Amino acid sequence: MYKLVKCATSAVLLIAVFATVNANAQNMSTRYPGIGRDATPAEVEAWDIDVRPDFKGLPKGSGSTLVGQQIWESKCAVCHGTFGESNEIFTPIIGGTTIDDIKTGRVASLSDRKQPQRTTIMKVATVSSLWDYIYRAMPWNAPRSLSVDDTYAVVAYLLSMAEVVPDDYVLSNTNIAEVQKRMPNRNGMTLKHGLWNSKGKPDVNGSTCMTNCIAFVQIGSELPDYARNAHGNIAEQNRQYGPFRGSDSTKPPLAKLPGSSGEGLAHASETHSVAKGPAAMFKNENCSACHAMSTKLVGPSIADISAKYQGQSGAVDKLMAKVKNGGSGVWGPIPMPPQSQLSEEDRKTLVVWVLSGGK
Amino acid sequence: MTKKQIELSAEDISAVEKPANRARLVKAPEHFISQDLIADINSNGLDETRRGFLRKGFFSALGGAAAGLTAPMAFAAGEGDPAILEKQVWQTTLGKNVATMPYGTPSIYEANLIRRESPGLTRVSAASVAFTPLQGLFGIITPNGLHFERQHQGWYNIDPEMHRLMVNGLVKHNRVFTMNDLMRLPSVSRIHFIECGANTGLEWGNVAVPTVQYTHGMLSCCEFTGVPLKVLLDECGADLKKGKFMLAEGGDGSGMTRTVNLDDVLNDAIVAWGMNGEMLRPENGFPLRLVVPGVQGVSWVKWLRRLEVGDMPYATKDEAVHYNDLMPDGLARQYTSIQECKSVITTPSGGQQLLDKGFYNISGMAWSGRGKIKRVDISFDGGNNWRTARLETPVLTKSVTRFNIDWVWDGSPAILQSRAVDDTGYVQPTIKMLRDVRGTRSIYHNNAIQSWKVASNGEVSNVQVG
Repeated sequence: MYKLVKCATSAVLLIAVFATVNANAQNMSTRYPGIGRDATPAEVEAWDIDVRPDFKGLPKGSGSTLVGQQIWESKCAVCHGTFGESNEIFTPIIGGTTIDDIKTGRVASLSDRKQPQRTTIMKVATVSSLWDYIYRAMPWNAPRSLSVDDTYAVVAYLLSMAEVVPDDYVLSNTNIAEVQKRMPNRNGMTLKHGLWNSKGKPDVNGSTCMTNCIAFVQIGSELPDYARNAHGNIAEQNRQYGPFRGSDSTKPPLAKLPGSSGEGLAHASETHSVAKGPAAMFKNENCSACHAMSTKLVGPSIADISAKYQGQSGAVDKLMAKVKNGGSGVWGPIPMPPQSQLSEEDRKTLVVWVLSGGK
Repeated sequence: MTKKQIELSAEDISAVEKPANRARLVKAPEHFISQDLIADINSNGLDETRRGFLRKGFFSALGGAAAGLTAPMAFAAGEGDPAILEKQVWQTTLGKNVATMPYGTPSIYEANLIRRESPGLTRVSAASVAFTPLQGLFGIITPNGLHFERQHQGWYNIDPEMHRLMVNGLVKHNRVFTMNDLMRLPSVSRIHFIECGANTGLEWGNVAVPTVQYTHGMLSCCEFTGVPLKVLLDECGADLKKGKFMLAEGGDGSGMTRTVNLDDVLNDAIVAWGMNGEMLRPENGFPLRLVVPGVQGVSWVKWLRRLEVGDMPYATKDEAVHYNDLMPDGLARQYTSIQECKSVITTPSGGQQLLDKGFYNISGMAWSGRGKIKRVDISFDGGNNWRTARLETPVLTKSVTRFNIDWVWDGSPAILQSRAVDDTGYVQPTIKMLRDVRGTRSIYHNNAIQSWKVASNGEVSNVQVG
């Protein structure tokens, strides 16, 4: 009897083990065995962070406009402006919508053209898009650093600036659907077009006319003379041999054809080489992600740094240390991250160049 | 001769001499040297054992430099071309070793043809565009180093062993794949174009940029290798009856997300790792990107980390704020995705300079997000009269097709245009036709006929007719 019981237990155990294996086997492909594995619930939760317009995927939480304002001023305003109005680094977020738009769900300035630049709040129809993007990708230089509640707070603050919610609002997963009903451009999107599917019907179709198609050919638009060199010297953007050279846009157009030998044009032997030196390093090492030559981006401009340290002894060493170890937020709330990847020599080259105003 | 060239040719010579230093690029004209250079090298303290060799190299190259400078010029009648009559350095000295450049780079004479940004277009280079130099390319394939770039939050070289692809949503099993897994699956290799929805977007209102690099350079065409999307979705037991949409998500800081219309692209799309025979370049999504033929580039999500099958579109930031086409009535067309039939003459094109009257091979590219190119017509008089161009093979679906046509230029002003027709019968429209329906503020999906004016001095410029 004892033996029997023991046998029965083993059988149960065996069945249990077999059942587990079998469950795995069910999940495994018969077509491509051995490839891929099931994701664990924790893995799906870690990566599946998208929020749809019907709020599927929106985590529970809440945040007030007041907290949102604090986060905004410390982490967002440097790029987007205190009121989300800045056009310095990115296009403005707030502006161009009215109380009337909130009623109609159509932003009037999109059709009356009174607003010179389209802001985010003018365009966005779905509040989920704001929540999803801020949570997944902001701030610019530290994506995924906002908590769920931080994100509610920042969205609440943005919406309060556009008067979609009151100044003292607390946005949460339970009231966000109500807020959606007040989005200024919620009725501003259309799917009536032929570009969502390759079988869609085109809205415009050209003509196959082959002869005498236009009575009078008129040039409606061309580049003004002052823009001739706005994209740099075109001669240096083309082969300097062969039949199709670039025209020297630093000079006025040629008076006559150069002739088949290319007289007066630059030649292959003068082909310009790939840029080197501190200006190229400034770009390649990603300094230009936060600094520009003369305008303030996330960090100060080269011109401003050069002016601040003008004539100061020890400025080179001081800045070299800052570049290596990172800044402390002297110029604004976002400190510069350490650039320890640079060699001593490269750091010096860069710093000397910055202090010279980028010359 | 500029200082920069002197420095670079010194580098070149040292690369020849010192094969251990192979990674060095060879960037400048060879054998362009002078006494200045010798002084420069000496003052830079080259080691004793090498100095003798280098000096010898410089002196023997001097003759070549003189010939090189005068080579393209006219020569005295009766004698002949110095390029033929004189012995050139490359004919009379020993050339470089194999694998001097273990990963080959273009000739130093091609250094002008690089990706470029359009000044003032964006204010931060990590969320910007670098355009492909179409004015210098041949055939249909874009070299990997010249594939256009559009970054939304900078790019990374992602460790392929740390990269994962998760498939979840309306699937029987949420699955995770490593690169080891994916690259074992049956793969396909197909040639497709990729065009940014905003390509030519600067030109909706008026002519804004000078060359085809900036008007059309958010276009590339490559052979992509990967596993068909359908294989992966079937493998995970996707409910494709209910799940008509798919969210594709990238692994970069922007966590780029786009909704893919499975109803349309399920049988075409590829989860790709290969590009023109090698792995994807990091700036183009290494090690994994989605290839969605015919659909605008933003949906070809790079550093692809997740696919979620769903029953409705996701209205992500780049579907809710950007990549929507604003119409004159203030409504925005959302989820505009298909790149309609389009073409452009690449040589000659804006900013180029013709040398002389006479024969030219006019060449360009045509493509359609709806299928194959059926015909391309060329006008030399601003669209009044048209002639049909030769289509070069291969002519593939949702790929670039190269066209060519003969032209004898008599030296009088001309306006060159190309007009493509695809196999659905759709004809590429004029900018006026597009504006009449869509206005001038849509930014996206400008597939208008491009006009290049050829002036009597041979200079080609960007113009709009009508």
